[in-house]
Amino acid sequence: MEFTAGNHGAGVRSDCFVRLIPTPDQDLCIDLKSKVGSMYSESIRDLCRNVLKFFGVEQVKLELDDSGALPFTIAARLEAVITKHIQTDKEYLLPMLPQNLYSTARDMDRVTRLYLPGNNPKLMINAGIYGSHGIILDLEDSVAPEKKYEARFLVRNALRSVDFHGAERMVRINQLPAGLEDLKFCIPHGVHLILIPKCEHATQVLQTDQKISEILGRKNDAIHLMPIIENAAGVMNAYEIARASENVVALAIGLEDYTADIGTQRTPEGKETFFARSMVVNAARAANIQPIDSVFPDIDDMEALKRNVLESKALGFAGMGCIHPRQVPVIHENFLPDEADTLKAKRIVAAFEKAKKDGFGVVALDSKMIDLPVVNRALRTIERAVRAGRIPKDWRDTYDQ
Amino acid sequence: MTNELVKNAAGRMVPVEINGKPAVPFMGVGKYHPQGNRYAPRIPSNMDYPADGNKLVPSLKEALIRAGLRDGMTISTHHHFREGDLVANMVFDCASELGIKNLCWFPSASFSCHAYLLKYLDDGTISHIEGSMNGPLGRYCSEGKMRKTAVLRSHGGRYQAIQDGDVKIDIAVIGAGCADAFGNANGVNGPSASGLLGFAVADAQYANQVIVVTDNLVPFPCIPWQIQGNYVDFTVKVDRVGIPEKIVSGTTEVTRSPDRLLIAEMTAQFCDVTGIIHDGFSFQAGAGGTALSVGNFFADIMRKKGIKARFARGGSNKYLVQMLEENLVEYILDGQTFDLEGVRSIRDNPRHVMTSPFTSYNYHSKGNFAGMVDVVILGATEVDLNFNANVVSHSDGYLLHGIGGWQNCLFGKTVILPVPLFRDRIPVIRDEVTTLCGPGELIDVIITERGIAINPLRTDLLEKVRGSGLPVKTLRQLKEEAEAICGIPQKPLFTDKIVAAIKWVDGTVIDVVKQVKSEK
Repeated sequence: MEFTAGNHGAGVRSDCFVRLIPTPDQDLCIDLKSKVGSMYSESIRDLCRNVLKFFGVEQVKLELDDSGALPFTIAARLEAVITKHIQTDKEYLLPMLPQNLYSTARDMDRVTRLYLPGNNPKLMINAGIYGSHGIILDLEDSVAPEKKYEARFLVRNALRSVDFHGAERMVRINQLPAGLEDLKFCIPHGVHLILIPKCEHATQVLQTDQKISEILGRKNDAIHLMPIIENAAGVMNAYEIARASENVVALAIGLEDYTADIGTQRTPEGKETFFARSMVVNAARAANIQPIDSVFPDIDDMEALKRNVLESKALGFAGMGCIHPRQVPVIHENFLPDEADTLKAKRIVAAFEKAKKDGFGVVALDSKMIDLPVVNRALRTIERAVRAGRIPKDWRDTYDQ
Repeated sequence: MTNELVKNAAGRMVPVEINGKPAVPFMGVGKYHPQGNRYAPRIPSNMDYPADGNKLVPSLKEALIRAGLRDGMTISTHHHFREGDLVANMVFDCASELGIKNLCWFPSASFSCHAYLLKYLDDGTISHIEGSMNGPLGRYCSEGKMRKTAVLRSHGGRYQAIQDGDVKIDIAVIGAGCADAFGNANGVNGPSASGLLGFAVADAQYANQVIVVTDNLVPFPCIPWQIQGNYVDFTVKVDRVGIPEKIVSGTTEVTRSPDRLLIAEMTAQFCDVTGIIHDGFSFQAGAGGTALSVGNFFADIMRKKGIKARFARGGSNKYLVQMLEENLVEYILDGQTFDLEGVRSIRDNPRHVMTSPFTSYNYHSKGNFAGMVDVVILGATEVDLNFNANVVSHSDGYLLHGIGGWQNCLFGKTVILPVPLFRDRIPVIRDEVTTLCGPGELIDVIITERGIAINPLRTDLLEKVRGSGLPVKTLRQLKEEAEAICGIPQKPLFTDKIVAAIKWVDGTVIDVVKQVKSEK
């Protein structure tokens, strides 16, 4: 009998493969093969001994084939094999990085969110440096069924130990009901937002929200939700899903599964998804949350991505998913307010501020009345343009009507 | 052999004798000033050569016999064919068949394909290598298996060593894509075309015996003659000198790694905001994937601004050629041609010009090009807190790369090393580099995916980046950031045995490499 976890072999980096063989009546034996052994063999052995001791496991042979894994990965792989070997409620938790203790606002920008396969530590380590607004640790489609178990430990450890440089920390759980089990591995560990895949009904949102409340020990007031609509039923129920809980902050659409569900394929023109995308935009906007577009699958074609982004923005979406870091700047560049957007917003805000100063209750611009929501949207546009470095913070000083 | 070590100007303990020959410890940049005359090759006379100019001999083995091959000689070859080189392996096959021992191999660089020669290092056909130590040869050397001490030099340092007689080449074997029977040769034609033959120029001029080997013999005259037949003793036609598809080596593709692309983009941004990229500027980017993408980002900026570079120093490849043809670059001054587009360009475009280590890098000349380049982009395996850098060994102590033109390029006006903050788990910024190859006073900027460190000596650059929004940090901050992620590494263990010496561009010894103690 033996238990394994992790990855090794050609092309695997920053990961390790662990094999645990119970050896009754024999002392612990650690067989370490590491690519970085000359620099870290002692600390790796120490970590192995600590984790085994924590779980009270002694009479085993542990084989570790290391391709330069960081401690959070080694610990996750060890815990995966140990908990396959013994029944335990204990969790080996590495200290929470102090810089990971922050929360995110309900209405923060979610223009980009970068998908990371939940069982690939290599891609997690630097994910924060690309400036995407959100980072998704994915436990669903990017993890092979036989790796689902070990991926939970890795995702949990990454939430605690990896610095994502201020991005909103998201986890895509598995399709319910399995996904409810995933929640235990992320809710207490600094996750900000849970993506609910293949969402068809409002009840799935409620079940997720309820489970989160259960784990928190209070009504969920901390963790945002983003259901993903991925089939025809979901599209038809989009509005109900969007309003199912006040913790839902955004509604996303996943077009690969959706097109399969309605019996067609994605085309560059995207006529086949126009209805679904519009439904999601309308449902989200009606519920006053953010509509988020699907990922663009071709990571080499930046021109096509740009066209896709401009169309997405024109349809009313507030952001989209990324499957490669190089997509992030292209999406930001084209999703964020352009010159025409900021100019218009500046005019609205300036007119509003002038009216306020002059004591007028009504704001007019070019003979049109401007409502408060329009002003607020203009203010948000300007904020985003300032954050993206497109206009200076003190734009008013140079603004000349 | 004496084991006496002295502390050189960089604070490293180095021997005063290497392989029985005296060695000068590094004295500081620009401090070593030898006097006297350069080493001179023997005087050849026309009467000793065929009047009809036909120097063909039937085989390489016969050429080597007629060149007087015997025990203990120094044999040089060149790396124009890179991973596709067959010449060096053929030379030592012949030597082995002839029962010759104790040869010094003096290549301009070695590649993984030369792991074939390990058996000749084992059986004593080759006693040691003076050149670069790549891949398996580096590992072999680091484990202390080479019979004598290896010596690593830069491309410019190799020219210098030949000129001041530090290395006396007995037989130079020059592989060429195209040659005539007189010995005129070039690398731009034929099935094994590799570009230019600049690395063999010194060998042609100074070696006692010169053999040109080609698989593409053309009637006189072979045009252009990058190597002049007047230096050549024998010519040989063989079936194949190289494997064409491997001549284009794998390091010449733009990186697809998002981390490296980000570093490349930051490098270009840095050069933009500091005004390094301006109309008429010049640059050199190496052959690594990151350096190649820096060139592409430069091109984007130049297009946007409507400016061009006066010249770019190669390694040339399709990306640089495209910039030349788009007129973003007026001249390529090429040291090495990495792909077939580069070969086509240097053959057909008069603005794509062959250089050699003599024009570009040499120490014993009346100036060279290196100092004229506005910005050079180089790689490094490690950098320390004083901006010193290592390019030959990894942090585990193993010798795995050659110096190439790296040391020589440090004389550029601004030297930038774009490096990842850590590779797998191994931090790149150290308290002290494992092997010192380049003194920190010549290294200006370190660019990592998590921040940019500027040498405090470059107050001008520090001033220019102020307010640019670029993430400027100190090397210490970057080192601590890496160690927070990776953990603090233990030190690799070495024995006292010196397995290789690292020469500075002037021929002095800047550091040594010791035998790695294998892990228990």
